[in-house]
Amino acid sequence: MTWFEYQRPQSLGEASDLLRKDDSVALAGGTDLLVALRHRAVRPALVVDLKSVSDIAEGIEVEGDRLRIGGRVVMSRLTRNQHVGRHFPALAQAAAVVGSVQIRNRATLAGNLCNASPAADTAPALLAYGATVIASRPDTTRSIPVEEFFTGPGTTVLERGEIVTAVELPIPPTTIGSAFARVTRRRGVDLASVSLACILDPSGRARFGFGAVGPTPLLAESTFDELATDEGWSRLLAVTSPITDVRAGAEYRRAMLHVHSRRAFQAASEQLRAAT
Amino acid sequence: MSPTESAITLTVNGARRTVRVSPSTTLLEMVRTRLELTGSKECCAEGECGACTMILDGEPVNSCLVLAVETDGSEVTTIEGIGGAGMTPLQESFLTAGAIQCGFCIPGMVVAATALLERIPRPTESEVREGLSGNLCRCGGYSRISAAVMAVAGGNAAT
Repeated sequence: MTWFEYQRPQSLGEASDLLRKDDSVALAGGTDLLVALRHRAVRPALVVDLKSVSDIAEGIEVEGDRLRIGGRVVMSRLTRNQHVGRHFPALAQAAAVVGSVQIRNRATLAGNLCNASPAADTAPALLAYGATVIASRPDTTRSIPVEEFFTGPGTTVLERGEIVTAVELPIPPTTIGSAFARVTRRRGVDLASVSLACILDPSGRARFGFGAVGPTPLLAESTFDELATDEGWSRLLAVTSPITDVRAGAEYRRAMLHVHSRRAFQAASEQLRAAT
Repeated sequence: MSPTESAITLTVNGARRTVRVSPSTTLLEMVRTRLELTGSKECCAEGECGACTMILDGEPVNSCLVLAVETDGSEVTTIEGIGGAGMTPLQESFLTAGAIQCGFCIPGMVVAATALLERIPRPTESEVREGLSGNLCRCGGYSRISAAVMAVAGGNAAT
């Protein structure tokens, strides 16, 4: 591993100041960062551990019509949380397949977003549910819709010194249908070749989040009427641009995307019908 | 240039230990080289194989993906901390079931399985397989490993 200094600040202000330096990186769960450090893909002078920053919450709270997931919440916590399970099942399902038990006990939701992998497991569900990322500095806080958060593989709109303190999701006012799908080469500890989440609401709107089929996780919207036709499906999936890499070929990804999007839509439709 | 070493204090297998470590030392490296507890193995060193699994503050983690400095004030259980002088029923069950081949993955398997049984005392076979999916066995001994865990959990082992 490369040499670096380590700091564990207690306050957001202190953490933000440390992270304003060019050669510093934030450490949350470390499940991506430590691999990058070992491979010397990043060579920071300073690692800023956010685990003791009291302004970054560790809990999952209902606040009015929103669910607020603190920036330090780890995946295994998400999978066991009753609010997440009840209101956002596709997110619970996504969190449950990240890495392994060991990884899920360390990896945070905020870290999964900030690492900005095109295949980030939780991103499709967050996109489909209309989540916002809360990014703070001591003087300012902004809410960034997840679809505006990613700028490319490994990059986000976050500015230096800005820290994700929470992720917020609007609690659906009515019953909705939801589905999550993920294609991998093997069952455990693998990155997605294709992943997606589908959310349907009774007014006939469909929202899809897609992972591993473009430079960033992607949001696409449609309607039940549109999706009754092949052209509608083509328009929905036009946002994607799968590539060939070690995990899958572009053609295979495109084929799986079509199949699993339709299956997810079917499953979510049946769920919606059964509930209404 | 060598960065600042700092002293951390943690509880390892019930004993308080104070160690001076550099920031880039992983929990695994510290435990193996500084505390000389070499039961936990380094294999992939990137969180894929689970051979380094330790229980950190009650939850199984990959100790190769944790910095030693992060564990200041924490409680760590390694394979050496499981069972006292003898073996636990789970470890006995690994032997009885013939679950151990080359043995390299076994410390991680036993730690992960111990943590699994603490959370789910009577798991189904699929819960066992899911719970151990972060532990790779290059001998391919999964069926017997799973049977060993099921046997001790009072389930019906598929042998």
